[in-house]
Amino acid sequence: MEWFTLTIDGREVCVPKGTTVLEACRMNDIPIPTLCHDPELTSAGACRLCIVQIEGMRNLPPSCVTQVTQGMVVQTQNPKVREARKTILELLVANHPLDCMTCQKMGDCSLAQYAYDYGVTGERYQGEARDLPIDSANPFIIKDPNKCIACGKCIRACDEIQGRSVLDFSFRGFDVQVGPAFNLPYNESDCVFCGSCVSVCPVGALTEKKMQGKGRRWEMEKVTTTCPYCGTGCSLDLNVKNGKVVGITSTDGDVNGSALCVKGRFGYGFIHHPDRLKTPLIRKDGKLVEASWTEAINLVAEKLSAVKENFGSDAIGVLSSARCTNEENYLMNKLTRAVFGTNNIDHCARL
Amino acid sequence: MTNTIQEVAGADFILAIGTNTTEAHPIIGLQVKKAVRNGATLAVVDPRKTEMADLAHHYLRIKSGSDIALLNAMANVIIAEEIWNKEFVATRTEEFEALKEMVAKYTPEHVESITGIPADTIKTVARGYALAPNATILYTMGITQHICGTHNVMAIANLSMLCGQIGKEFSGVNPLRGQNNVQGACDMGALPNVFTGYQPVTVEENRTKFATEWGVQDLPAKPGLTLGELFDAAGTGQLKCMYVMGENPILSDPDALHVIHALEKLDFLVVQDIFLTETAEIADVVLPAVSFAEKNGTFSNTERRVQRVRKAVEPEGDAKDDWEIIGLVATAMGYPMHYQSAEEIMEEIARVTPSYAGISYARLEQGSLQWPCPTAEHPGTQYLHSGKFSRGLGKFHPVEYVSPDEMPNDEYPLVLSTGRRLYHYHTGTMTQRTGALEVAYPQEYLEINCLDAENSGVCDGEIVKVTSRRGSVEVAVRVSDRVTPGLVFTSFHYPEVAINQLTNPARDPISKIPEFKVCAVKITKVMVSLNTKKVS
Amino acid sequence: MELLTLTIDGREVCVPKGTTVLEACRMNNIPIPTLCHAPELTAAGACRLCIVQIEGMRNLPPSCVTQVTPGMKVETQNPKVLNARKTILELLVANHPLDCMTCQKLGNCSLAEYAYEYGVTGKKYQGEKRHLPIDDANPYILRDLNKCILCGKCIATCEAVTERNVIGFAYRGFSAKVSTFMDTDLKDSSCVYCNRCVAICPVGALMDKNMIGKGRAWELSTEEVTCTFCDSGCKFDINSKNGKVVGVTAKSAANGRPLCLKGRIGSDFRYNSDRTELPFINQEGEFVQVTWGEFLGLGDIVEKINSLTK
Repeated sequence: MEWFTLTIDGREVCVPKGTTVLEACRMNDIPIPTLCHDPELTSAGACRLCIVQIEGMRNLPPSCVTQVTQGMVVQTQNPKVREARKTILELLVANHPLDCMTCQKMGDCSLAQYAYDYGVTGERYQGEARDLPIDSANPFIIKDPNKCIACGKCIRACDEIQGRSVLDFSFRGFDVQVGPAFNLPYNESDCVFCGSCVSVCPVGALTEKKMQGKGRRWEMEKVTTTCPYCGTGCSLDLNVKNGKVVGITSTDGDVNGSALCVKGRFGYGFIHHPDRLKTPLIRKDGKLVEASWTEAINLVAEKLSAVKENFGSDAIGVLSSARCTNEENYLMNKLTRAVFGTNNIDHCARL
Repeated sequence: MTNTIQEVAGADFILAIGTNTTEAHPIIGLQVKKAVRNGATLAVVDPRKTEMADLAHHYLRIKSGSDIALLNAMANVIIAEEIWNKEFVATRTEEFEALKEMVAKYTPEHVESITGIPADTIKTVARGYALAPNATILYTMGITQHICGTHNVMAIANLSMLCGQIGKEFSGVNPLRGQNNVQGACDMGALPNVFTGYQPVTVEENRTKFATEWGVQDLPAKPGLTLGELFDAAGTGQLKCMYVMGENPILSDPDALHVIHALEKLDFLVVQDIFLTETAEIADVVLPAVSFAEKNGTFSNTERRVQRVRKAVEPEGDAKDDWEIIGLVATAMGYPMHYQSAEEIMEEIARVTPSYAGISYARLEQGSLQWPCPTAEHPGTQYLHSGKFSRGLGKFHPVEYVSPDEMPNDEYPLVLSTGRRLYHYHTGTMTQRTGALEVAYPQEYLEINCLDAENSGVCDGEIVKVTSRRGSVEVAVRVSDRVTPGLVFTSFHYPEVAINQLTNPARDPISKIPEFKVCAVKITKVMVSLNTKKVS
Repeated sequence: MELLTLTIDGREVCVPKGTTVLEACRMNNIPIPTLCHAPELTAAGACRLCIVQIEGMRNLPPSCVTQVTPGMKVETQNPKVLNARKTILELLVANHPLDCMTCQKLGNCSLAEYAYEYGVTGKKYQGEKRHLPIDDANPYILRDLNKCILCGKCIATCEAVTERNVIGFAYRGFSAKVSTFMDTDLKDSSCVYCNRCVAICPVGALMDKNMIGKGRAWELSTEEVTCTFCDSGCKFDINSKNGKVVGVTAKSAANGRPLCLKGRIGSDFRYNSDRTELPFINQEGEFVQVTWGEFLGLGDIVEKINSLTK
């Protein structure tokens, strides 16, 4: 591999040929703000927030689409660069609804984060605000086009990660919008609600419907675990607040990267569903009634022991579970073979 | 899977047979799409025109249950045109002549009449598969849920060995498993004939090893009954008592009425689950377990990757971890079983399971591991059969085409096939209670071709009664070109459409998998629409 | 101790006599929103956000100043209560500057938190806004009275410090505000910048000036330390962002502990190795930067030691 040496903010760094200036900065922990960039997606150079000053270049090039050359001298934080970024942010904020107080995205919103970092209050330019209808007709995703900054990440995620190409830009200039063909609501389009667009949206334009009002990023604890549905084994983050799972967000999984499907991302409602069994039940006079653990376990042990005694071990059958963990299946195999004394154990692998 | 999921994207040719990947395994579907985007050729074999078929370069609309004929015909073409991998066949396999002899009669022209696939298409796809630098085969239940399921898989294996498309990166035979830990349940010995890591119970050495680890005198040597056989035994009164953990056989197993009858005949039924499932409702004791969000443990995915499950919230009510409940039952039966954590159980698994020997929670914290992982230093195994098959040389098992157990006739003129939907999972116990998925996909329907709909006098949305020799259900129809004339399709996710009352329990003699993909049915129009029925 | 039984949201609970309804709820993990309440201060009953419905009582009494009686039946979450709270929040937000995007307090702001929870957007009532000057003439506390909700917690906590009592309410009605004597800047008051008022303010009216722009609650991890400058044992929070200390803030002054300026700045000096700024001293009404030795009253000891080690 060919290596280039360049200078970033007075520091000499070495990166492989073909690296972009943005990548070179991130490899070396030099922070660069970005809104439209995502390592999993192609670079669009749309938001211009990642601009830097490069010696010998006209203007301030966006670092995400500028490749490193040998001996390049880059400045990422000088007043000219910072002032230009600030102006970009001022313009983005000018027509952005500033309802951050109650916006679901706050705490995870890149626009608000950079506005805070760059001291952009939205008072400098008072732009015309949009008043477009909010699409909340489906049970998964809320689209507030008024908050969209037209970074195009959702479009690329839908196309490049999910291969569905449901979303694209429509209209021009101030009227530009992102959405399904003919600007249809999500539920009338070909969308299958994988939520990839939501996971990459840097602002509050796309949010999880079920998480509205359930808490914001800073109140959540994220627990990385494995999806309980199909056999793919996607990693995901359970978002926990006050001891309840209130949402699921993407993590960087070994199998799936940040991608999830509709079941994995939105199918968590069963965890705290009121139908959950909360206590053992025993059939008495033909009806299942609540019982204590001691009572239930003793009854099971007594009945199984009696069957084993009277009819032999092979009169007992066990169905283990493809939903349970390895550890639990292992113990079921142990219980069946060592305690019940039979090999009558199977599960629904064949279904 | 012999390969990893991400290797699918690196293949040059993908043969997807009997897999509705984008609906049943959406994230693996992404890898297929990525491969196609990178220039790979995709051939899809499915009687149903799924989204995968829309993506395919070659869509082979096969008649249900004729897969062996197609696979043999492909082998026939590859041998006839001398494009098989001679080096691989010579050095890595045996019994090639037997295969050659057997497939000779499966000419593409002959097979066209069995499968309904044009001979030219069979030839093109065979050539594409054989000549691709890296070709991979994906399959799921469309292959296995037939009375000839095992033979179907053998025919696939024959094809891959014939072309040397196995045992290397990006090339292999890749069954995609349907449930989060179905791989793990098999790995952990939740099968009637093997201990963990597929160590047969019939081998004395294995029994001695486990008896020593578990501190018992001896362990039973006779393989136990499989799922379907368990219900048969319950039906005849031979089996007295059943312990069901996290399964809902009343909705998931074929010929549901027979299953219910068998379970009711038991002296004692214990069900351990997170909801009062249809099966739990008829139990004598129901034990409340916890969901994946409330427990620590590991799942093993379809590519043999062992990953952590982490506890995020406390159990609902008095529910307990399944492993804790099992410990309580064992202890109450006079076998003290006291584990402190899931981690402690994994340590024991590693001790007795060669393929899991190198796996520990400490290592899993650093990242997932794919078995075989025999030592604590072993990095795990990305793809199987590199350089050598498990048995040494790969043996060709020539297999003959047989027609499905139950073919349509005048009384039952249609073939019913069952499968999965994107928005739901298995018997719907979880996905019907999410407040979101069931809102998006509230009601099941029966896919039917417009010709059959016309013949039966039903329009889109109207209710029909679907009847097989075993039972009947009522369901709304959706007229669709996804299915060919003569084929109808629905899922098994809905208790209201308990389609497994209809399905055929005829099983593959080796794997004991029931033939869910083919059963003969008839449909008759029901005069009331489902909505008005619900109101009254 | 005499125990009383009452019913809250249909659940029977037992609490000691003398407990307020709010305390009874909190003891039993029943959430009640409050803005003006702090366990260490006298309850003022000012914000009315903690209102509940109690059988047999007229109106909705504030739970923080209502004592439990035997057999009391309390409802904390019924539509009437929730609606009344929502209206209170709407009124508070009506004249509140909604610059949450860049407000230093967000993530720690009770008003924003409850607004989010109750779905209050600020659109219902469009109130007149205040345009009071921001008091930032001192290096420690930024006072933005436009954001003040007049809960009075800063006044009560200041009062609790011996010989301080720097602030009180002034003016009436919409003009009401928290003021120093003669309504001067803090700089010209007797304030010693212990920052207890900052620690207790539920909104963005009082902020630690050193922390502005350095990150908000959700970006910071905090570690509690005990000050070692005297034997009072005051607590401070060391705030870090991405593993780097960005500032020290005062925790609330429980049990009448003093939380002095010296302790806070000294802790900053001790834990925040990256700090570049020198401390300030108020010399005849103006803040001037001085050396650490001078600030900590060490004369030129530090310089002498440094010259010896060289």
